[in-house]
Amino acid sequence: MKTIQVLGTGCPKCKKLGEVAEEAAKAAGIEYSIEKVTDMQKIIAFGVMATPALVVDGKVKVSGRVPSADEMKGMLA
Amino acid sequence: MGAAPSASVSCAIGDPPAPASRVPLGRWLAVIGISLAAWFGAFQVLAPFASWVVRGLPGITAGSHPAAALEFFFFEVPKVLLLLVLIVFVMGVIRSFFSPETTRRLLTGRGEHGGTVLAALLGIVTPFCSCSAVPMFIGFMSAGVPLGVTFAFLVSAPMVNEVALVLLFGLFGWKVAGIYLVTGLAVAMATGWVIGRLHLEGWVQPWVAEVAAAGPGASARLSWPNRFDLGLEALRDIVGRTWPYVVVGVGAGAAIHGWVPADSLAPLMGRSAWWSVPVAVLIGVPMYSNAAGMIPVVQALLAKGAALGTALAFMMAVVGLSFPEWVILRRVLTIKLIAVFAGIVAVGIMIVGYLFNWLF
Repeated sequence: MKTIQVLGTGCPKCKKLGEVAEEAAKAAGIEYSIEKVTDMQKIIAFGVMATPALVVDGKVKVSGRVPSADEMKGMLA
Repeated sequence: MGAAPSASVSCAIGDPPAPASRVPLGRWLAVIGISLAAWFGAFQVLAPFASWVVRGLPGITAGSHPAAALEFFFFEVPKVLLLLVLIVFVMGVIRSFFSPETTRRLLTGRGEHGGTVLAALLGIVTPFCSCSAVPMFIGFMSAGVPLGVTFAFLVSAPMVNEVALVLLFGLFGWKVAGIYLVTGLAVAMATGWVIGRLHLEGWVQPWVAEVAAAGPGASARLSWPNRFDLGLEALRDIVGRTWPYVVVGVGAGAAIHGWVPADSLAPLMGRSAWWSVPVAVLIGVPMYSNAAGMIPVVQALLAKGAALGTALAFMMAVVGLSFPEWVILRRVLTIKLIAVFAGIVAVGIMIVGYLFNWLF
């Protein structure tokens, strides 16, 4: 079970990041739960300085951009 | 692996490995070499291309007014797009060296003065979007970057960027682009310096001070193919979003090329209307657009007789003074500090406007 968190305050790229993550997780057949973190204080607690950011099992995988589907697969593995 | 309890994640930031690039370095270099050759080739034939297209259009007599306007259009649109493609790719690669984390590290432990100058310059190359303004602000403050230095960055990052500079250069020439670059940086540095002198640290929301300095952050080590990937990504993203503004901006210029009375705006926004600079800045505040979106507007204003300083002040106000960004910043700054920040930037932009109305 992977815990995926998408950090962002609702910009278009944040939505896109969530979509890419869900697609990659489904394609890889990974069991996952996804959560959107929009609270600024929580986002900052992760130490990211650019949104959107992707957190998998509590670890920041990428911040400030939307990775490609291939890259996303590696991040969820 | 179980879900990490959310309380313990604040320092659990790994150092992700460099993402694999699908394209090996050798092939990247070959592609870049061929593309550069094609780019220079295309740049050489811009003028013949434009006249060839116009000659091929039915019902257009050579040497007529519409022919000249269309030639202008078919020359300028590809020219600006070519410039944009090259610069956005190059800047995308350069930006991969300046993650927000890198910028913060460069700014930490500098003095006020050097830091302010450096922050304004780093604002050009650091990737920034106004939705990231708050996390970046806190990231900087928690690392001990002085408040004034942080503000110099916050002003420069949205206002002075390569897309704005390329478009200004392509449409209005290197002088206008250079003026925009130098004065934009000057406004950012002045804002940072004044806020630093006023010692307004107490006007930041108290909770910001309690945020512990974040860890090293998620900055992956990137290989050259990764950096080229990022350049290409920037190219797709930015050129994909910007090209309509280029077409509309040049189209407005071409349409005005003789048809619209060139001085219809002169009484309102010309040099003689001294009050037009502050009015342009005030009108710009509630409007929000990126720099690219402003280019057609500036093109139209200039063509109809607005003074250069007034038009540039309007563009800077729309891009650099944004009400939505203030609302976002409200979570970390007191209203007093936002007012001081907005006031200093507004005064700086007005000085720029008057300076250029006086110079040109």
